[in-house]
Order: sequence, then C-alpha cells, then structure tokens
Amino acid sequence: MAKIISMEEVGTLLHDRMTVMVGGFLGVGAPLKVIDFMAEKQYKDLTLISVVASYPGGGFDIGKLTANKQVAKFIGAHIGTDPALVKQYNEGTVEVEFNPMGTFIERIRAGGAGLGAVITPVGLGTEVEENAQRVTFFGKDYLAFAPLKAEVAIVKAVKADKLGNLFYEGTSINTNTTMATAADIVIAEVDEIVEVGEIAPNSVGTPGIFVDYIVQGFTSEERKELFGELWDKNNKFKK
Amino acid sequence: MNQREIIARRIAQEFENGAVINLGFGMPTMAANYIPEGIEVVLQTENGGLMFGGAPKKGEHSADMANAGGEPITMPKGSSAFDLAFSFCIIRGGHVDATVLGALEVDENGNIANWKIPGKFVPGMGGGMDLLVGAKKVVAALAHTDKEGNSKVLKSCTLPLSAAGVVKRIITDIAVFDVAADGLVLVERAPGVSVEEITAKTEAAFTVSPEIKEMVL
Repeated sequence: MAKIISMEEVGTLLHDRMTVMVGGFLGVGAPLKVIDFMAEKQYKDLTLISVVASYPGGGFDIGKLTANKQVAKFIGAHIGTDPALVKQYNEGTVEVEFNPMGTFIERIRAGGAGLGAVITPVGLGTEVEENAQRVTFFGKDYLAFAPLKAEVAIVKAVKADKLGNLFYEGTSINTNTTMATAADIVIAEVDEIVEVGEIAPNSVGTPGIFVDYIVQGFTSEERKELFGELWDKNNKFKK
Repeated sequence: MNQREIIARRIAQEFENGAVINLGFGMPTMAANYIPEGIEVVLQTENGGLMFGGAPKKGEHSADMANAGGEPITMPKGSSAFDLAFSFCIIRGGHVDATVLGALEVDENGNIANWKIPGKFVPGMGGGMDLLVGAKKVVAALAHTDKEGNSKVLKSCTLPLSAAGVVKRIITDIAVFDVAADGLVLVERAPGVSVEEITAKTEAAFTVSPEIKEMVL
C-alpha cells in the first residue's frame, strides 16, 4: 500500500548521482513541486530520464534542475526547448542520449513489462543505430534497444486515493503511467488525495500496487493559475 | 505572400477529408489555418491526443490539456487523450494517414534530414523519426534554397538523416515534387515560377510531369 509522505520525507528517498525518471511533457503533467524541492536541495550529477526538456525557454519544471547544473546525463528525445541544457550539451558538460520518442517510451515500457528489448524499424539508417543492435526478424531489419529503468520515478497525477490508485486527466498522462512501472521506487505527486472508492475502477490510470509514496503537490486551482500565467506570458491564449 | 505562407497554404491542399494527420512545428502547423472548406481532418498530437482544438481563452484553459509544443489546446466533443506509449502505437503502427514535417535537407532518394546540424544545432529528433517511419504518407516541407541560394533539394543529403527513403512528396515555396521509384518528378510549380527557374535552383535531378500544374494556394 502506498504511503502518504511530506516533501521533507521525499528527501530521504533522493540522493546525488541517482537515476531518476520524471514524468511530464514540457512541464504539462510534470511533478512541479517535487522538482522545485530537488532544485532547492541541489541534488547533483543526476541521470535524468524525461521524454523532452523543459517548457520552451527553460527555467520551468525540469529546466530548474538544468539551470542549477544538477544534471550529468539526460536521456530523452529532445532538448531544444531548454537553452541551459543545450548550452551544457554543446560545451560537453552534460551527456545526452537521444532516443526517438516512440523508442524512448517503449524502452521504459519494456523495462516495466519484463521484456528483453524493444525491436523497432525507427532509426534504421541513422546515427541512432549507434545505441542499438541491428537485428533481422522474419526477413526485415530492425533496431533492438535495451529496456530502460530507474532507481526512482517521480510521476504526476490529478488524484490519488489512499491505496495509491492514480487518476489522470487530459494530455497530462503522457509518460507518467509508463514510468510508474519502471522504477525501484515510485513517488506520485498529486493535486488531491481522496478516499478509497472515489476513483472508479476503470478511471484508475495507474493501479496502487505500482505506487510507493504519495505527496501533495499544487492543488488543481493553483496549477490552473500557474499555467495561466505561463501561457499568458508566452502569448499562447486565444485573444 | 511570403515564402512561409506559400508553403503553409500548399500543405493545406494535401489533406483528405477524414484523414488522421500529424503536423510538425512551424509551417506544417501554420497549414491548419488554411485547410479548405469542406475538409475535416483528425489532428493527432504526439504527446497524447486526437481531434484536439485550437487555443482556449485564458481562464477557459486546463493545465492538463496541451499540444506537443506545450501550448494550451481545447479537447472538443469527440477528442481523446492517452498516454505516450499508445500515442506512438498510433504513429508507428501505421494509424496516421499523413504527416507533414519541416526539413533541413531532402534528396532524390526520399531521404530526409531534420534533426541535427553537428556542432551547431542539436535539438533532438523528438517524435519525428517515428512519424517518418510510421505514417502512411510523409510530406516534407521546406524552403527550396538556403539564405545563400543553395538548393536544399539535393542529390544526396549531407546532414545526419532522420530516416532513409521515406519521403513521398516534397513541398517548397516554388515547387512540388513526388518521390518516385526512379527519382523526383516535378508535379507543380508556384504561380509565376518557370520550370527553368526550378531547374536552376535545384541540385537534385528530376523529370517534369507531363501534367505539371500551377500550385493552388
């Protein structure tokens, strides 16, 4: 059963040089409060596994970790939105392992699902082959990639019940459900913690057996306001 | 009409009614503004959505509804949202009818380079490589030449490839080519642009379709 913990207790689960998966896509569906905490505590030399880098322009969500130079290695599909990470990559102070996006998420799925490899045609004839083995099945060429796992996955859902069942909304699901299957320790940041039974069985996006810890994040109202300001500042709303 | 608008308007002519489409950032996304009346497409966003709508007004937004550029979207009736693994099942599994992606270079073998200029610009491939391999039809959209006038439609790409032999159609500001088994075929020219001008500005070899048309913009 999942345990509800405070942010300070999250600190006992994290350390320098750890391999950590962080859910979210350009900040949407990202565990913003735990990321703030990681930035404040200055964990160093992290291997950060995230599908893409921060919200465009940097400094938001995981962009706070790269701005603080806390990341030694980044595994994902795209870094172009985060100027700090691009600069550190160009200077050679951060290692980046680029994966095609579908291969990235499938490697994590394989890690969580007990599969031996991801076999995909994507990346054939490109530099991506350097991180893969070329294989032939049923007369066709593919690339085989290793599964991907982490010590800790920090995921974000809208609600958790006290068993750890998670409920997601909209496109905030993104990498969270898959990452929740592929780490030794899974921490879920949520807007709201509800009683068991308040999330209907078919609305459970991640069953509680995958979730070790639940931590209260920003409320839904606070997040709406936060993204309202972010998108307004970047002129993303319909006038 | 500037170069980008010509390309965006021409891209919009590619869409068939009911098709599932994924548009890359920049000119392909702009094309959504020029879809002809009577044509309805199902837009897919690789972060995990189908049939999404445009930006909401502030206050009507949800912090949990965004596109692959991190921009707020609406999810009107009929739309769906799902996780990234499922989104790439849609993309890689051949359930996207067409994708239009920007390119740095294309060549006469249908190769495309759009993710890396070594030492200068390395944003990453994002979902582009998956779309190039998985979509039923791949359309590459790019300016015909660079700022110095050098052709970006080449005999052979010089930059690291995003995928080999996948491009079916190339749309530029002056021409539309189909990529056939034996090379490029010029099928359309922009208004006011001659075949001679296109020949002069194109490094790749191509044949001219007997049914060459003027672009509808």
